[in-house]
Amino acid sequence: MKGLLLSILFFSILNVNGQISITGHISNNRNKFLYGVSITLKNTYDGATTDSLGNYSFTTTEKGDQILEVTITGYNLATQKIVIGSASLVQNIILKEQITELKAVIISAGAFEASDKNKGAVLNSLDIVTTPSANGDVTSAFKSLPGTQQVGESEGLFVRGGTATESKIYMDGNLVNNFFYSSTPGIATRGRFNPFLFKGTVFSTGGYSALYGQALSSALILESTDLPEKTEADLSVSVVGIGGGIQHLAKNKKSSWGISYNYTNLWLAFNVIKQKQDYFRVPLAQQTDANFRIKRKNGGFLKYYGYVSGNKVGFRNPDIDSVALKNAFVLQNLNTYQNINWKDRIGNGWKINTGISFSTNRDDITNELQNDENNKVSISNPAFYSFKNFSLQNVARYAQARMVLEKKIKGLSVVRLGGDYFYSNEKTTYILFDGTKYAEKVTDNLVAGFAETDIYLTNNLAAKLGTRLEHSAIINKWNIAPRISLAYKLAEKSQASFAYGIFYQNPERKLLPGVAGIDYSKATHYIFQYTMQTKDHTLRTELFYKKYDNLYKTVPNFTGKEIAANNNGYGNAKGIEFFWRDKKTIKNVDYWISYSYLDTKRDFLNYPFAIQPSFAATHTVAFVFKRFVLPWKTGFNFSYNFATGRPYYNFTYDNTQSKYIIGDQGKTINYNNVSFSINYLPNLGKKDATVFAVWVLGINNVLGQNQVYSYNYNNDGSRKEAVTPPAKRFIFIGCFLSFGIDRTQDAINNNL
Amino acid sequence: MKKVFLSAIVLFVTVVVFAQSEKFTAAMKKNLTALDTSFKNPADLLIVANNFERVATAEKNQWLPYYYAALCQVNYGFLEQNKEKIDGYADKATTLISKADSLSPNNSEISCVKSMIASCHMMVDPMQRWQEYGQESSSNMEAAMQQDPANPRPYFLKGQGLKYTPDQFGGGCTTAKPQLQIALEKFATFKPSSEISPNWGKERVEMLIKECK
Repeated sequence: MKGLLLSILFFSILNVNGQISITGHISNNRNKFLYGVSITLKNTYDGATTDSLGNYSFTTTEKGDQILEVTITGYNLATQKIVIGSASLVQNIILKEQITELKAVIISAGAFEASDKNKGAVLNSLDIVTTPSANGDVTSAFKSLPGTQQVGESEGLFVRGGTATESKIYMDGNLVNNFFYSSTPGIATRGRFNPFLFKGTVFSTGGYSALYGQALSSALILESTDLPEKTEADLSVSVVGIGGGIQHLAKNKKSSWGISYNYTNLWLAFNVIKQKQDYFRVPLAQQTDANFRIKRKNGGFLKYYGYVSGNKVGFRNPDIDSVALKNAFVLQNLNTYQNINWKDRIGNGWKINTGISFSTNRDDITNELQNDENNKVSISNPAFYSFKNFSLQNVARYAQARMVLEKKIKGLSVVRLGGDYFYSNEKTTYILFDGTKYAEKVTDNLVAGFAETDIYLTNNLAAKLGTRLEHSAIINKWNIAPRISLAYKLAEKSQASFAYGIFYQNPERKLLPGVAGIDYSKATHYIFQYTMQTKDHTLRTELFYKKYDNLYKTVPNFTGKEIAANNNGYGNAKGIEFFWRDKKTIKNVDYWISYSYLDTKRDFLNYPFAIQPSFAATHTVAFVFKRFVLPWKTGFNFSYNFATGRPYYNFTYDNTQSKYIIGDQGKTINYNNVSFSINYLPNLGKKDATVFAVWVLGINNVLGQNQVYSYNYNNDGSRKEAVTPPAKRFIFIGCFLSFGIDRTQDAINNNL
Repeated sequence: MKKVFLSAIVLFVTVVVFAQSEKFTAAMKKNLTALDTSFKNPADLLIVANNFERVATAEKNQWLPYYYAALCQVNYGFLEQNKEKIDGYADKATTLISKADSLSPNNSEISCVKSMIASCHMMVDPMQRWQEYGQESSSNMEAAMQQDPANPRPYFLKGQGLKYTPDQFGGGCTTAKPQLQIALEKFATFKPSSEISPNWGKERVEMLIKECK
């Protein structure tokens, strides 16, 4: 027994005296010494932290087989088996960098991404509403980014020499078919959706993922917001109408629902600001939407968004073919959209993102030739006059089902698999002056399957490889579209990327039903990108080449309507673009500059040969400048858009050659638009305010510069008329109120 | 002999267990002293953080070392000049405080650190982040006040936050001072439950009040 006690005693003495020192240095695989690394003898208190030269040293009384653990954020955990004897030890360890989202190269060629996750936020909802040239319209704000055209005579995004129909817009993965209000002649309509519905936007000007298809030029991917922060009601009053809504957050903060209603009436605005058109039905719109969102365990979401809107507008324009006559155009529209989306983890590292959407659209259009007294006149000689009296009814139904499965394979690398099903049913009834009815129906079933993988070879090199397979009933052929993106990190803040991809698209609705045997039109993108990005600065430059094949050429059918006849069209677009955003250099100022150079020619529709299309300007510049003056609680926003003149053409049919020729052509004057807006937040920082107000004053084209978008020709091409904005300036005054606890104060008070 | 043997065993076991908790308290005290002086040299904060984490992982069921390790990491985050690195420290602090939280749920001190972590995240980009992190920070601060009304630290954090908020947003000394006074009153009566329990912030409150005079 004494022996036992003695040995305990002896052992303790040995422990006290037997301190062994362990030293060494820690570096990464690029031979850089690491600072702040924790070295621990596993399951003991013993260890050390490296100094700025990567050295560490500590002593221990532990003996025998031990494990040394080396940890620091951003590197893989390293363990080293050691045997502690009686001599001091030297352990130099090399750590391997972890592939992490923060450090890793971003696969970004062609895309502008703005989301919470990506520090390279380019345009978020606040940016959209404070860009003065956009007037709170989602897609207009994207016209301040490179690659887009300053087209004002029709809605949509014209990207890199592509038409607006080559750009598709998605909400939570589902295609939005009628994103814009129905077209009216010569006036660009706005998008239907409120910018604050979206928390993230990805604007791809080319080379986008295999998850999306049927867009030759561009994809705008919008992600809806998650739960609201709190229950809140809001009310808006402006020169264009009134609106109100409520967002209700459940007590457990796991779900929410909301409804809103907006009434738009431009009577007041149009009485103050003289419009070029003579409105006999002032634009009037009613819109209501509803949503619910349910947060699932593990951060999944079930989201629903539904929308119904109706609007009516009617105006007269002087008839271009005669001095005294007028064209009276009336449009009535009813549109619905429902989107339900489920995003979740389903175990074994799989994620699911699936959704269905339904939408309907109905347009009732009439056009009447009217005399001085605004009475209908029918003229049958010359014959083309009689076609000015018509009515047109479009009834469309769309449905989509979509599923994407995603699995993480290693590190950040993932695979995605999925499919899309699109159904569209579009009926058009065209009634001629004499009551003759032409009804046509176009139905399509389009199925698509896709597979994509993001492979992170190292933190510095990543590839995205994907393929999309599609079959459209209209074309009745399969197409296969490979997509490749590579990204290489050059330095901590800069990277180079390359993207290649093939994109297919069906003919747009108005060219259908086409001649049997038509194929998909096709675009091939090649994009080189260089990006330098810090938290406060973004510099991006892209060089691109886009080749168009199998574009649709049209011929008039028996009613004179142009329909898709063959795939003999072609074209190309090449250019260079720069983008610079700086949030830091000037205090409280955020500004960005975009420049795009575009060289494009195409032969499509009724073009006689390959020419620069009328929607493409060679040089485009956008400058946006925002400053918030805190003591005044006021934000000042300024924007300037410039584009060189665009070509315009009058194509006439030459009967001797039996083809279209250019009857006349020219170039518009340069486009200049200086816009300005002020946001005033009077209750900012006020204690106990129950209402939070934002006053907005916006003036578009402050200097009243002449803007000419294009020219319209009369029937024989002897006279042309400029297509200009409906008014020189537009002035917006509005007040947005939210009721509830003003979280701005809470947040800023407590935490700045 | 058998009795002696048994009592020796008992003695031995007791000594070992006692030595173990003695060793824990001693290590904690040593690290707390280092923490107190680390404010003079912020680089030491990481060393202290790692020391606490080592104790935490060796012990596995003590919340205090995790708590202090998280506190050190988040404070280091506040001092970091490079905004792009701040999130990394805040995330590390979150991992540590979650472990403390699972060992000691509804703990006012832990809620304080959670509030600090949210503020730290927000500091990276206040304009973009206040919606998410501002709310997280204040809800944790409120939770801390409810979980232990005697705890002066949530009032200290609230007062400190207001002190550094521009007057236009309802901050500054006028709104900060009442909160700091509450904190100071609570510090006067606050008794830490052990010699290694959280007991920091008083000097800082006094300094802030002095600055507001």
